[in-house]
Amino acid sequence: MNAVLEAFGMVATTEVAIAILASAAYGMVIGALPGLTATMATALLVPVTFYLSPIAAIATIITASAMAIFSGDIPGALMRIPGTPASAAYTDEAYALTRKGQAEIALGASLWFSALGGIFGTVALMIMAPALAEMALSFSTFEYFWLSFLGLMCATLVARSSPIKAIAAALLGLLVTCIGIENPGGVPRFTFGFTDLLGGIEVLPALVGVFAVSEIMRAMTAAPPPPIPHRPLGSILGGQWALTRRYQKQMWRGNVVGVLVGALPGAGADMAAWIAYANSKRFSKEPEKFGTGHPEGLVESGAANNSALAGGWVPATLFGIPGDTITAIAIGVLYMKGLNPGPTLFTEKASSMYALYMVFIIANILMIPLGIMMIRASRHVLRAPRAAAMPMILLLCAVGAFAIGNNPFAIVLVAVFGVIGYVMERNGFPVAAMVLGIVMGTMVEQNFVTSLIKSDGDLLPFFERPVSSVLAAMTVAALLWPAFVWLLRRLRRPVPA
Amino acid sequence: MTLLSRRGALAAGALAGIAPLARPALGQGRYPNRPVQVIVPWGAGGGTDATARIVAAVLEKEMGQPFNVVNRTGGSGVVGHSAIAQAAPDGYTIGMITVEICMMHWQGLTQLTRNSYTPLALMNEDPPGVQVNANSPHRDIKSLADAIKAAPAGRLKASGTGQGGIWHLALAGWLGAMGLRADHVRWVPSNGAAPAMQDLAAGGVDLVTCSVPEARAIIEAGRARSLAVMAPQRNPQFPDVPTLKESIGVDYSVGAWRGMAGPLNMPAEIAQALTAALQKVWNSQEFKDFMNARGFGMIWGDAQGLAAHMERTDGTLGAAMRAAGLVRG
Repeated sequence: MNAVLEAFGMVATTEVAIAILASAAYGMVIGALPGLTATMATALLVPVTFYLSPIAAIATIITASAMAIFSGDIPGALMRIPGTPASAAYTDEAYALTRKGQAEIALGASLWFSALGGIFGTVALMIMAPALAEMALSFSTFEYFWLSFLGLMCATLVARSSPIKAIAAALLGLLVTCIGIENPGGVPRFTFGFTDLLGGIEVLPALVGVFAVSEIMRAMTAAPPPPIPHRPLGSILGGQWALTRRYQKQMWRGNVVGVLVGALPGAGADMAAWIAYANSKRFSKEPEKFGTGHPEGLVESGAANNSALAGGWVPATLFGIPGDTITAIAIGVLYMKGLNPGPTLFTEKASSMYALYMVFIIANILMIPLGIMMIRASRHVLRAPRAAAMPMILLLCAVGAFAIGNNPFAIVLVAVFGVIGYVMERNGFPVAAMVLGIVMGTMVEQNFVTSLIKSDGDLLPFFERPVSSVLAAMTVAALLWPAFVWLLRRLRRPVPA
Repeated sequence: MTLLSRRGALAAGALAGIAPLARPALGQGRYPNRPVQVIVPWGAGGGTDATARIVAAVLEKEMGQPFNVVNRTGGSGVVGHSAIAQAAPDGYTIGMITVEICMMHWQGLTQLTRNSYTPLALMNEDPPGVQVNANSPHRDIKSLADAIKAAPAGRLKASGTGQGGIWHLALAGWLGAMGLRADHVRWVPSNGAAPAMQDLAAGGVDLVTCSVPEARAIIEAGRARSLAVMAPQRNPQFPDVPTLKESIGVDYSVGAWRGMAGPLNMPAEIAQALTAALQKVWNSQEFKDFMNARGFGMIWGDAQGLAAHMERTDGTLGAAMRAAGLVRG
């Protein structure tokens, strides 16, 4: 109890309050700019943390990353540009809602369920950190292989097209991940001697290209759509309580998936969002509505990516293993401030840990008023005439892609993927499935090949380890389920006849 | 572009006008008179980025002009290293180069070598340690080395970084120094030291060669042990970990270093001014506190020191890469 009071004293200082407020506003703005990710928002804060007290330093990172992950949903919903890879899973859904004139439902759901997911993740971090960390440590490459394979199988679920086209699109994504030297063999593939291709295709330029640039191209060729009725945005949180009641089960499932996936090093918020979205569609009573502007999937995956953010701190604080790129940076700051990750952080420096939890809760509560302000400020984008908006969006895409690594080649990538995305959508291939292939491909390959190296080419260990065998069974079941359903229908049909 | 060059022309004209008057007063202290760009070939948030940012922050205080860190990522470090080498040699673009400059050219990934730069200063080096799972029967490095020698080739598995990465070469070189083939212990490529340490804790591999600071959290969590470091001396941060030489008499040391450098043909007085300022940075309390907090190894070398260090590394790593069958072209 003393530690909690002490922690309260550490958080309730002017310095921490200013740090939280300033980094919240900063994270909100960076996340909303297409191409500028939550990771970049955090990285740019590191030099600032040199001059802050330990709690204030960690507070800036927690607050800025939580805000940026949420506000990444804003350009996704309004302009179909996912602000961060974590928003890509449901960008199409949110954009469809906006086109239906329900932008406030889309953004409100993102905001409300992001905040709830973040708070749930923090509570999970508080009471289950050691158990979650134990689970994360028992995951070897065999388990990661099955997990990423399961993630890849979501491709047929996230798409609204025929499964064959979805699989084809996912395979194209896998081909894209083959480019570069970042493969288990360390051998350059498909680089054609270009230095810029050595590092492979980064996810973000591809994402911005296939979603945003292809949308701009379509807008140029198609007749202007019926204008969205000019009316002020309705109440942002008004409809959310009804949604919470209606989709309570989905919200809890998204929270739990988010924490579990987030706690696994290397999996992170984007994978959590994909899996949650696919789960939501699979178990939905009205899966046919997905992709047409249906909030159900938004609820589940919006909750999942923010609870994953808190989950990522579990292995980071207990073992110094980054759960994602954001916690990788946070670990560096923890060391610099003398809060070395490890079990001792929870015992000897318990008050600092409690202070950290409090910052998490404060940040997620603060997200709601700040988010509403941000949504209200950015809604004008919808009213801008198309001739003015589209060139601006294109410029933002280029600037955002360049900002990732100050590398002009990223702009070329955005353009190339814009064309690919346009051609694919024209012919009914879902771009979301290709993005999923790009996101998961490296993980699938890396974990498959390294597992085979470890087992000397033997496939048996993929099914032998306990967790691995469960995941394998889930994968096989997911593969065979459609066939089983089909068989069941066939067997039942003769009965009434 | 036109705007920039016009401004540049104006500035040059103005300078030409005042230069004769100013020279006696300002002398050598004139550099730098505008912001300096510091290129980092690796992404924001990593160890190299953090080191470059603290160096830049202290340099700014020393030299009175902003030193702006710019991450030029891509091409597994080739893009950023090229950007440093190809910049105008006027002292306004410098960068942090890393051990990969002594590796990439052997693999035929780039034409760039250590000779493509004006060396300024060596700031840091982290030697690899040899880590095992806490439940491993090997309490010391001798027991592990004996087990490695006794095991058939390919039985034991090690990890720590990608195929052909610095920690892979550390293992290959160590095995070579013990008279074994470079692939006697099979390398399991990983996506960096942290996932490798996690796999070690999960029982996926037998040993991990990576720097001790990278392994620190897992060791402190009681999940792994560090048996030795491949360095001439023990790390003052981790005084209990012996060196290879003192424990099993194998004299092998290699490390991941970071240094500051500029493009070739930088004016000598500017290079000297930067080296002198970097020495002050290295000796500053801020830099020391940062490096100690992160557990990064501190090693100083001036321009000649860095050049000699690069030459030595280039030879050692070239030999290790040849032994591991990674040399191409």
